[in-house]
Amino acid sequence: MKAAPFDYHLAENLSHTKNLLKEYGDDVKLIAGGQSLVPMMAMRLAKPSHLIDIARIDELQLISSLEESIRIGAGVKQCVLENHPLTSQIPLLSAVVPWIGHHQTRNRGTIGGSLAHADPSAELPLIAVILQAKIHCENIDTQRINSAKDFFLGPMWTTLEAQECLTHIDWPIWHGTGIGYAFEETSIRQGDFAMASAATQLQVDASGKLMRIHCGVGGMGGTPYSFEDMTSPLIGQTLSKELIHGFSEQAIQQTEPATDLHANAAYRRNLAKTLLRRTIEQSLAMATSSFQHHLR
Amino acid sequence: MSQSPHYDEFTYIGKHRRAVEHRRFVVGKGNYAGDVLKLGTLHVAIVASPYASAKILKIDAAAALAIPGVEAVVTGAEINSAVLPVLPGVDAPSVKRFPLAHEVTRYSGEWVCVVVAKSRAIAEDAAELIQVDYEELPYVLDPEIAIKDDSHHVHADAGTNLIFNRQFVWGPVEEDFTKADHQLSYRVKWARSSTVPIETFALTCEWSDATGILDIWASVQMPKYPEQIASALQLPTNSVRVHYDVDVGGSYGVKRGLKHAILVGYLAKKLGKPIRFIEDRLENMRGGDMQGPDRLFEVTLGFQQDGEITCMKMCALEDIGAYAGRSPLQLGKPIGAISGPYRIKSVSYLAQAVLTNKTPQEAVRGFGQSPTNYALESGIDKVARFLKMDPIALRKRNLIHKDEFPYLIPSGTSYDSGDYSTVLDKALAEANLNQLIAQRDAFRAEGKLAGIGISTCLEPSGGNSSFEPLFNPKNETTTWMESCVVKIDLGGRVTALMATSSSGQAHETLVSTVVGEVLLQHPDSVRVLHADSLNALPSNSPVGSRMAIMLGGAAAGAAKKLKAKLIAIAAEQFGVSSEDMTFTGSEVFVNNAPEKNITWVDLVAIAHRKYHQMPKGMEPGLQEKFVWEVPTGGDLPDEQGRVHMYPCHSFESHVVLVSIDPEIGKAKIHRYVCGHDCGVMISPDVVHGMTYGGIAHGIGAALMEKFAYSAEGQFLSGTFMDYLLPSSSEVPAITIIDHCTPSPLTEFGQKGSGEAGYLGSPAAIANAINDALATINKSIDFLPMTPNAIWNAIQQDTTY
Amino acid sequence: MKNISINLQVNGKQVSSNIEPRTSLVDFLRDELRLTGTHVGCEHGICGACTVLLNGGPVRSCCMFAVQANGLEVTTVEGLAPERGQLSKIQDAFCEKHGLQCGFCTPGMLITCQALINKNPHPSEAEIRDAISGNLCRCTGYQQIVDAVVFATKETS
Repeated sequence: MKAAPFDYHLAENLSHTKNLLKEYGDDVKLIAGGQSLVPMMAMRLAKPSHLIDIARIDELQLISSLEESIRIGAGVKQCVLENHPLTSQIPLLSAVVPWIGHHQTRNRGTIGGSLAHADPSAELPLIAVILQAKIHCENIDTQRINSAKDFFLGPMWTTLEAQECLTHIDWPIWHGTGIGYAFEETSIRQGDFAMASAATQLQVDASGKLMRIHCGVGGMGGTPYSFEDMTSPLIGQTLSKELIHGFSEQAIQQTEPATDLHANAAYRRNLAKTLLRRTIEQSLAMATSSFQHHLR
Repeated sequence: MSQSPHYDEFTYIGKHRRAVEHRRFVVGKGNYAGDVLKLGTLHVAIVASPYASAKILKIDAAAALAIPGVEAVVTGAEINSAVLPVLPGVDAPSVKRFPLAHEVTRYSGEWVCVVVAKSRAIAEDAAELIQVDYEELPYVLDPEIAIKDDSHHVHADAGTNLIFNRQFVWGPVEEDFTKADHQLSYRVKWARSSTVPIETFALTCEWSDATGILDIWASVQMPKYPEQIASALQLPTNSVRVHYDVDVGGSYGVKRGLKHAILVGYLAKKLGKPIRFIEDRLENMRGGDMQGPDRLFEVTLGFQQDGEITCMKMCALEDIGAYAGRSPLQLGKPIGAISGPYRIKSVSYLAQAVLTNKTPQEAVRGFGQSPTNYALESGIDKVARFLKMDPIALRKRNLIHKDEFPYLIPSGTSYDSGDYSTVLDKALAEANLNQLIAQRDAFRAEGKLAGIGISTCLEPSGGNSSFEPLFNPKNETTTWMESCVVKIDLGGRVTALMATSSSGQAHETLVSTVVGEVLLQHPDSVRVLHADSLNALPSNSPVGSRMAIMLGGAAAGAAKKLKAKLIAIAAEQFGVSSEDMTFTGSEVFVNNAPEKNITWVDLVAIAHRKYHQMPKGMEPGLQEKFVWEVPTGGDLPDEQGRVHMYPCHSFESHVVLVSIDPEIGKAKIHRYVCGHDCGVMISPDVVHGMTYGGIAHGIGAALMEKFAYSAEGQFLSGTFMDYLLPSSSEVPAITIIDHCTPSPLTEFGQKGSGEAGYLGSPAAIANAINDALATINKSIDFLPMTPNAIWNAIQQDTTY
Repeated sequence: MKNISINLQVNGKQVSSNIEPRTSLVDFLRDELRLTGTHVGCEHGICGACTVLLNGGPVRSCCMFAVQANGLEVTTVEGLAPERGQLSKIQDAFCEKHGLQCGFCTPGMLITCQALINKNPHPSEAEIRDAISGNLCRCTGYQQIVDAVVFATKETS
């Protein structure tokens, strides 16, 4: 499985990247870690005539603190995300990194690469949607920002145009107490793409009443699902088992799970519902226990 | 844990010892087929059919040939008239197998044409440009449909898809069923899976006009490989030289490589240059030798109220794909242990092999024994549940007792020795059965499903050709030999020559241990080489768990002859007879007169240089060969198809604890113990390693591995994202507990064990999962038991 | 399609070449440098047989083009031993504990294990299994590999 021939260009900086993208038009691909792209090229499912290597661009690998968010460069490697001091402020993000592939994958794969590739079962797109991350893209003429939800259009399909480069992603920080989060995925083998996944981040007040909740599921075959629109009846409530059950049941009705070699739609639907319910329960437990810690 | 006293007599056998081969593997100096690069080598890529069944209308290679660096494009039209077809092992002469399809393609992935170019990358560039026009034809995928006369015939000339169909009846089966208190029928399905080595099939062929020899370096494990290639290429058999010193990166039965070698050998001769073909993973999975048994079992067991199982009817329907490789013989080998470790008195066995429009099935570790064990062991547990009897107690009621050996089973094989109950007990003790039950119950109390699974299974070992005449009476063959040459050179160093390739079984370690044992020389001082097929003595390859027995036996035989010769030379020096001498390895001395001794070094000098001191008429030098027939081999089957199959019978008993999260369906293995008895282990570290590996293969087959096809016959499992191999996260820690019941048939009491672990693992895991599902009156009767499959079983309203 | 000049360090030695960009790193190592210790098992990033160290971290060399390694340091199995004729601790442990059989996955496995030990000198069995979960083996069932890493890292008194 050898890739089809292509011309290789090493981009020195972002500006150079955008120029190269313009110059080579539609038949060009950016490569950072290449963990998704290179196998596709080996199988000749992707045959770009030009490959632009953006892995050496320092400005794409910065992680910085903004007022309300952490800004992570698209070229930041997944292994860096796991233990970086700043990403500890987005704990749900660091928590999912060990689920991405294997050590070898994470030593090369980048956060931008995973988002741009938009595999329906990938972890980072789901977290981006749940946390309402802002995705910054640029071409030679314009810069634009998409909310994560708007960025993903379908399986392996985003709003990224042919000549655009994903530059950085802003991850909102949650402040205060009573925060809990959880992520679950099920695959047949460790490190495989999930048959379904779920993520929740919520905040409760000192009396245990829900202040806000972001939750959703991935691995359904299309784009990650976020159930924000459905959560208003839960706000101000104490989340009982029945409420969480009912909500998960209802939320999953919104999804259209796919059937593939490893999981059929019915199984996938039930799995997603189960994982959603469990991540809400685990987040709630984490959130309420944070108060108990405080009291001590 | 201390070793059995059976090992006390040995100096080197049974000891911990580092493997010779590993020294080169850990520094990256293995000699794999893909490492061989001859000057001027050209490379091959394959164009494969995407359809289950199609007519080839036209092949246009003009654009491909125009690419610089492309040397040739060859199609079936050319090659199939230049080579002879390979025929099946059963009597089905119209099911011909050529390296490339011609006129008709019969499975998705079948090789249609081949590109030869200066590099593999260029060959793939060219392959993409080849235009093949197909006309889709009817196809059949379901073996239960393919077996019918009115289904699409995969080979029009064969007139049927059912190319093997034989009903065996051993003993008064019908009568025994009428006498049985109960009978229980069930169906289980073993999914199409295989042992999928990490190294694909790779080979280089080089033809020399000057010598008239076709040299082949191949990653192969195949009996009579050079001969079959020579026959197909219409070359004299002594014109094909297969280099067995190629390290094979795992095979576990599968690497047969016939069509590869016929194709590449043809190209080498045609183009006059070395040609290398390394299957990429796509070529390997869909069109290589990767696919294995795909078997539907219908079984009826007849038993008494007290648990005695007296009779069995088994029907095995094998979906062999579009051509016959070493299948359908894989229906035959299990006949040698058809009743398992039990005292089942009469058996009927219907073996049917059916063609479908899928990739042809090749041999897999165990050659059909693991699916058969899975079928039988599933039934044992079903009988236990029916009788509300403990499955351990039921097994003990039926296991052949250690005093009953040799034990003749209804199909004609005699089990040499065994102590099945003890192995089972040891495994249960190691697993701490009470603790296991407590753990299981704790999981259940938490709301999980949990179960304990047991399997008690035979590992027939030693090989034999007997299933060949059994499945094709026109093929009257009874020889299944192995050879070894051992020599002591002028410097007193020992070198042994083995006659086949190795794929991880550490044969060099095996042979040097055995030769060292007999000649009382340190095994690390014994060098073992692999001959090539022209200078090798006859061999039948490491198949059927045979090498510890057969190669071990051949090496011992040759070494014993050398030892006898050394003693005779020594005796000659002192004017006594051989019986009056004692051999210690470093010297030989007269019994009770140690001052009358002569050293190894001096004996070697006499043999090589001092003919005047040799016994009269003795051949000079120190070199002996040993070629021997498999013990208990040599008989053709009788009319009922009774024949002695393999000589030695190893045994394994698995104990597994599994839990299942009922909402997710995923099975998790918490404890895995394997009791194993393969007689005396020559290299225990090696045997243990292969057993762990076999269990991992079994976990894969049980829980996640399947070669899948769409309803249109499109192949769906071409990559490792589709066909899932267990990683270190899916294979748990495993404990092996050894027992030793030596074989009376072998030099050291050794039995074979290359298939260990795999033969009993899927059975035990299936039994554990079904023990868990039985608590909610559900069951799952097919593999793989993926999370989705188990979840489906939980949802369905199927009582059993 | 233009060839690209690259300059990188392989097993401590500087190497230069002018190659087709589509040449994968593993093919460059095997075909151009004739370092055939690193093996190709799948070419789509799952089996791990091709694992090498890139600037000290394990990566799949089938999932990289050689040009992407320009200016970086690559270590292959041939670079693990401290001296000719010697074995590194992990290589020796694999031999002692039979952490291999056919040897095909072994180079990648050794690299991954060496990387683990470099970061975590006394890994638990769970950490070992997690670290090697991206290296598939069909011979050993992983048990004796885990045993080998435990053996290589046990405290010596």
